[in-house]
Amino acid sequence: MATIRGMSGTTLALRLTGVSKSFGGLMAVGGVSLDVAPGERRAIIGPNGAGKTTLFSLISGEALPSGGRIELFGRDITTLPPHRRAALGLARTYQITNLFPRLTVLDNCVLAAQALLPIKFHAHRALSRYPAVLDRARQVLDAVGLGAKAGATVRDLSHGEQRQLEIALALAGSPRLLLLDEPTAGLSPAESALMTALLRTLDPGITLLIIEHDMDVAFQLTDRITVLHYGQVVADGLREDVTRNPLVQEIYLGAT
Amino acid sequence: MRLERVGLLVLGVLLALGPLLPPFLLTLLTQTLIYAILAMSLDLVLGYTGLSSLGHAAYLGLGAYSVGILSTMYGRGFWTTLAVGVVLAALVAAVFGLVALRATGVYFLMITLALGMVVWGLANRWVSLTKGDNGISSIPRPDLGLPWSFAGSAAFYYLALVGFVLAFAALRVIVRSPFGQTLVGIRESESRMRTLGYNVWLHKYIAFIVAGAVGGFAGVLWAYYNGFVTPSDLDLAVSIETLLMVALGGRSTLVGATLGAAVIVLLKNLVSVYTQRWLLILGLVYIFTIRFAPEGIVGALRDWRRWSRLRWRQSAA
Repeated sequence: MATIRGMSGTTLALRLTGVSKSFGGLMAVGGVSLDVAPGERRAIIGPNGAGKTTLFSLISGEALPSGGRIELFGRDITTLPPHRRAALGLARTYQITNLFPRLTVLDNCVLAAQALLPIKFHAHRALSRYPAVLDRARQVLDAVGLGAKAGATVRDLSHGEQRQLEIALALAGSPRLLLLDEPTAGLSPAESALMTALLRTLDPGITLLIIEHDMDVAFQLTDRITVLHYGQVVADGLREDVTRNPLVQEIYLGAT
Repeated sequence: MRLERVGLLVLGVLLALGPLLPPFLLTLLTQTLIYAILAMSLDLVLGYTGLSSLGHAAYLGLGAYSVGILSTMYGRGFWTTLAVGVVLAALVAAVFGLVALRATGVYFLMITLALGMVVWGLANRWVSLTKGDNGISSIPRPDLGLPWSFAGSAAFYYLALVGFVLAFAALRVIVRSPFGQTLVGIRESESRMRTLGYNVWLHKYIAFIVAGAVGGFAGVLWAYYNGFVTPSDLDLAVSIETLLMVALGGRSTLVGATLGAAVIVLLKNLVSVYTQRWLLILGLVYIFTIRFAPEGIVGALRDWRRWSRLRWRQSAA
């Protein structure tokens, strides 16, 4: 299969071509095309209901597009199930925290750390006999600053800690493309700053797509911005260009 | 850890006491052990994976009818009937799983119920093979090819105990393994498991088949224990009883399923002395469990232990 190359000649991390999704009569995503180069950090912004989260679900495979084509690292994944996409190096977090609430923080991370390993089908000996997976889980917990909470049950964590764990689960499988759906959702300004600092420490090799409402956060983490409005890309480019775009100003500030 | 030691202690006492007990109690214990195997196998799907199956008696029936048919019509011995019973139950679970696992929640429950009724219907109507409503009687006591006989009720009790210990050990290894942990993850958040990279359906399917196989194993012992097998061994009431054993004892603990089996077997035998309305009592037990001990006996014990420790600390301070 021919790989798809961007203008620079390298394989694109992600390419969407005319991707659309409609729920009944509602067009949530209407023909979005997007090229994301490897190592790029891009923010996806837009008002509520612009189709941002739906777009993430299409990329992660939780929803199938009504039309268009999705390529991940040069491979057509349009109809691939979510677990196969994860195996290709894709990970995501959720805007509405989606963890394993009755398990411990460490067990949450262990599930994430073994997700792409063949040992997930091992049924003949205890999980505690797999130190490599446990080490990996602890390593990711330390990286997001939850090392001290490894033994706590997830539903006893604060909201901010649960958001940190969201990141940890996504990182455990060493993804190449990471989709972050409003990582600072519901966080206090102080917690939000901590989260931003944490996300800035991510391996620069990871390609990052972030849905973010907080412009300060988006500007600190990314250099390119895609603006979505009613399921369509209305602006796409470097952040200076996008913020000067009159259409974007109209959407965000109202018509003058 | 503490719970394990208690479990081992109880097991040791059971082992020693078996032959000393009055026949009636020995009967109850043997029935409990066999039903506990069935309940534990259901716990793998119900408690650990979070799939409420209401057709689990079908696998008991498949194991039991394998014994009935092979031992009386074809003169096969214990090991053949055991192998066929377990494999047949696993195969049927593999087929049923393809159908049932397309659904979730209450739809999964309804489909498993319907599939369970299909097996029950076969037992009732395939008269040339199953003898229909009369059932298959005069199943011989098992001959394992060992130097001692399992004809006596004390000896059979030991056989059931060994079967129980094997099933418990196997299921315990599974639920503590990496694979077992994936089942718990699926129960907690299927969507997260999918995006982490798990083929959720496959994991559920494997669990469903394993549960079916272990259920078939319980059925093999059940047929040898009774010496006969009838369609009532696998009717809906048995599936409900099994579900209740798991819920009453405490889901996703295995020990809970065993405790639940003990309570239900005891209650059923006591109640049947006084009244025919067993299902009514069963319903009351269910309501009582949901209202007062949603995490079952094991959950209630855990809460009580935490509470009493707290009290103790407070009075010490």
